[in-house]
Amino acid sequence: MVVTRHRWPTRVWHWLNALTVFVMLMSGLMIFNAHPRLYWGRYGANFDHAWLQIGADSRGGFVNVEGLRVPTTGVLGQWHDRSGAVQTRAFPWWATIPSHYDLAGSRRWHLAFAWLLVVPGLLYWLWSFARGHFCRDLLPRAAELRPSHVWQDVKDHARLRFPTGAAALRYNILQKLSYFGVIFVALPLLVLTGLMMSPGMDAALPWLLALMGGRQSARSIHFVCAVAIAAFIAVHILMVLLAGPRNELRSIVTGRYRLPGRRA
Amino acid sequence: MTLVSRRTLMTGSAGLLLAGCDRINSSPSVTHTLDLAEGLAYRTQRLIVGREALAPEYGVGDLSPVFRSNGNALPRSPIWQGLAASGFRDWRLRVDGLVRRRLALSHGQLRALPRRTQITRHDCVEGWSAIGQWTGVQLSLVLALAGLARDARYIVFHCFDDFSGTPYYESIDLVDAFHPQTILAYGLNGKPLPIQNGAPLRLRVERQLGYKHAKFLDRIEAVASLKDIAGGKGGFWEDVTGYEWYAGI
Repeated sequence: MVVTRHRWPTRVWHWLNALTVFVMLMSGLMIFNAHPRLYWGRYGANFDHAWLQIGADSRGGFVNVEGLRVPTTGVLGQWHDRSGAVQTRAFPWWATIPSHYDLAGSRRWHLAFAWLLVVPGLLYWLWSFARGHFCRDLLPRAAELRPSHVWQDVKDHARLRFPTGAAALRYNILQKLSYFGVIFVALPLLVLTGLMMSPGMDAALPWLLALMGGRQSARSIHFVCAVAIAAFIAVHILMVLLAGPRNELRSIVTGRYRLPGRRA
Repeated sequence: MTLVSRRTLMTGSAGLLLAGCDRINSSPSVTHTLDLAEGLAYRTQRLIVGREALAPEYGVGDLSPVFRSNGNALPRSPIWQGLAASGFRDWRLRVDGLVRRRLALSHGQLRALPRRTQITRHDCVEGWSAIGQWTGVQLSLVLALAGLARDARYIVFHCFDDFSGTPYYESIDLVDAFHPQTILAYGLNGKPLPIQNGAPLRLRVERQLGYKHAKFLDRIEAVASLKDIAGGKGGFWEDVTGYEWYAGI
């Protein structure tokens, strides 16, 4: 049986974000390359303690998290560019926009596409509240949040036992938590921490800056949320591939979704 | 389609996508379109951030243990070196352009004006921040002494330092020029402004990023348009690498 699954605002917003989020992530990594160190608190520069650093030394590329050094030669900190030359920037050419070091260029992309993230995102929020999408489909119910229920869902996912029939139309608790987490926690936090890195906006909303623990904390939270979004995308694409990419893709393009039949 | 060919397709298309991105990035019309966002950010911030809204000020306990220097740490200009050799005794801050009275202010004259001390955060475009205590005279006081002409729209800061022979300069609009925290600083952390931080005098424009805070000041000029100055984009980095002129974000 084929049913209508995703309404048009969801489909339009999904594909707009498929572009926007990639531009934001990749241009963001280039901005990070300009100062590949993260701090907690109000200030943080080269002479201060960084909780995370991506760099290179005589032993090669590394990621240093609170003193724990993870070798990452070839991928992070030290890598070969397209011409084969060794580069010692944090994120490699294939992960950044532009692919060569260009802070001005990456800021141009990042600060322009930020509008495409924020304005349609706010419209989608309004729509999903007004049309009941949020309460009906995304908000976890108390019973679903019971540890036994969540654990059952974790086990079902691990065994790749996906729901069949009409049950496949409802999001399970892990889906709800991830979509809820992305739409109502990670994305808003990314936007707000992004705004709090702006010295102009800090003058307008000093209380929000204080709430985040200062500009360098905001920058760290911004990075952690971006990593969370990247992880979400990876799992999201993996689950689409496992659940049947043809049916899933059709539902997010045309809205039409074929109810999966019983497992043999 | 086998998984292998799909993977080949995906990595291949990712490569194409990236090459495409670089071509797009260097296209003037795309750059122009993306630059519209700068104007949008500028107008939005001017709309929602109050004219007098203050950048956060901090306590003595929040000071960065080391206030790092960035950009030029020692101007190569023989004129500046000569002035520095005599402790800037003969240095004068010139104020000219669209003003009613041209000024040439000595260190002593600037210090005789009412002073403002503020502990603020310096945010570099690269991402780091440092908190320092700045002492100086409000730019608005100096501009009031000179008297702006009616058609003045921007204040330009000409500096003694250069990159490969191109002099550093910066500019701001009158909203930031008359903002109470916009000062010409001659002191950092209770001491005379160190050379690496811009001696004898530097700009503090606290609601914008670090590259706007011109160091090693020589001359302040009031202008109606930025078009005819250097590269025409209102600042050294704006001309050379395309950093935003409005650096409030």
